[in-house]
Amino acid sequence: MALLQLIHRVGLLLLLCTTLVGAVFAQSVLPVPPLTARVMDHTGTLSSAELSQLEDKLAAFELAQGSQIVMLLVPTTQPEDIAAYANRVFNTWKPGRAGLGDGLLIVVAKQDRRIRIEVARALEGAIPDLAAKQVIDTVLTPRFRQNDFAGGLDLAADQLMALIRGEGLPSPTASPARHVDDGIQWLDLGVLLFILLPVLGSLTRRILGHKLGTLATGGAIAALTFAFTASLLMAAVAALVAMLLTFLAGTPLGTALLAASQQRQHHGGSWGSDDFGGGMGSGGFGSGGGGDGAGGGASGDW
Amino acid sequence: MMRWLFTLFAALALSGCGYNDFQRLDEQTKSAWSEVLNQYQRRADLVPNIVATVKGEAAFEQETLTRVIEARAKATAIQVTPDTLNNPQSLQKFQAAQGELGSALSRLMVVSERYPTLQANQGFRDLRVQLEGTENRITIARNRYIQAVQDYNVLARSFPSNLTAMLFGYQTKPNFTPQNEAAISAPPTVDFGNK
Repeated sequence: MALLQLIHRVGLLLLLCTTLVGAVFAQSVLPVPPLTARVMDHTGTLSSAELSQLEDKLAAFELAQGSQIVMLLVPTTQPEDIAAYANRVFNTWKPGRAGLGDGLLIVVAKQDRRIRIEVARALEGAIPDLAAKQVIDTVLTPRFRQNDFAGGLDLAADQLMALIRGEGLPSPTASPARHVDDGIQWLDLGVLLFILLPVLGSLTRRILGHKLGTLATGGAIAALTFAFTASLLMAAVAALVAMLLTFLAGTPLGTALLAASQQRQHHGGSWGSDDFGGGMGSGGFGSGGGGDGAGGGASGDW
Repeated sequence: MMRWLFTLFAALALSGCGYNDFQRLDEQTKSAWSEVLNQYQRRADLVPNIVATVKGEAAFEQETLTRVIEARAKATAIQVTPDTLNNPQSLQKFQAAQGELGSALSRLMVVSERYPTLQANQGFRDLRVQLEGTENRITIARNRYIQAVQDYNVLARSFPSNLTAMLFGYQTKPNFTPQNEAAISAPPTVDFGNK
C-alpha cells in the first residue's frame, strides 16, 4: 500500500515537473530557425521568383567576395526587441567566413514593422552603425512603406555589398586564416604523443608485460587523444598507431623504425590537419561559422 | 624514473581536477569584462558630443542636461581595478554609476523628442544612432560577461573541481544584477490626473 502511495506521489511530482517545463517553454522567446538558405521568408511576402533572384545575388557575391549576407523575414520578434532577437539569430548562425567572420544579417519583423541590420564585428569597419542606419532610412523604409519588400531588400543588398567591397577583405581564393588556429593544437598533440608514447610504452611494457602493456598504452593514448580532439575516430586511429608502435618497439627492428619515424615527425611540422573550409560545400548552403555579432548595426522601422 | 612518473601524474591530476579549466575561464571572464569596460567607455566618450549638440538648442531643459553631465563625471571618476571584479561592493558601485548615466541619457533622449529643431538636426540624429548602437553593445557585452562568470562559478562550485578551487583559493565571482532592479520591483504608478 505504502509502495503504491509512493509511486503515486512520484508520478504526481513528475507530472508537475513536466507542466512546469511546458510553462517555461511557453514563456520563452522565439526560437532561432535553422539556417537553410540565404534568404529565408517566414512571412510568405516574397514570391519564389523574387526569393531565388535575391538568393542568386547573395550567392554570387559570396562566391566573388567571400562575405556572407543572410536575410530573415519573420512575422514578429515578440516578446524580444528586434535587436536582441537579431543578435541571437546571428550568433547562432554565425554567418561569415571562419577565421574572418565577415557576415551580415538583415532581419525584418513584418507585423512589428521593424528592421534590423546586424553586422559582424569584422564588418563594423566597413559598415558602421551610421552606414547601416542610412541604408535603412534611405532604402528599406521608403520601399517597405510602398509594400515593395523585394525591391527594398534588393537595393539594400546592393548598397551593403558596395560597402563591403570597399573594405578590401581577402578574396575567397586566399587561404583562410583558420588553418593557423587548428594547426597549433594538432602540433601540440603530435609532439606530446611522440614524446609520451615511447616513455609510456616502455613503462607499461616493463610493468605489465609485452601484450598487456601494449593494450594499456593504446588505451591511454586513445583517452588522451579523445580529450584533446573530442573525436572518437581520431582516438581510435591514435590508439591503433600507438599499439602498433609500442608492439614493434619490443623488437629490435621496431626500435629502429620508431626512431626513424620520430625523426620524420619532428621535421614534418603540422600533420593530418584537415581543413574543413568554409560553408560552401558541394551542393547545399551552410554558414561559414565565423561571424561574431557584438551588437553592431542599426535598427529602424517603417 | 619515479620523478618522471610523479610529474606525469601531477600533470594528469591537475588537468583532471579542472585546474586548466579554471585558468581558461578566469581569462575568459577577464576578457569579457574588458569588453564591458570598452563599451562603457565608448558611451562615456559619446556624451560630450551629445551634450554639445543639445546645448545648441537654446531652450533645452537644463536639469536633464546637468544630470547627464554629472552622471558622466561620476561614472568616469570610478577607478576600475582588477579587484573590482572580485569585490561585490565595488562592482555594485560601478554598476550603479553606469546605470545612472544610462538612465540620465535615456531621459535626455526622451526629452529631446519635444524639440523639433533638434530632431531635424542631422548631427544629433547621427549621435542618436551611435548611442543606440553603443547601448546595444553594452547589453551584449554585459550578457557575455554574465555568461562567462556563470561558467566560472559553476566550475568553482561543482564537484570535483570545487576541491581544486578550495586548494588554490578560487572564489566565486560576483555577477551583474539587472540594471534597473529597483525599478522592476517597484509597482508602476498610474496617474491620469496631471498634465
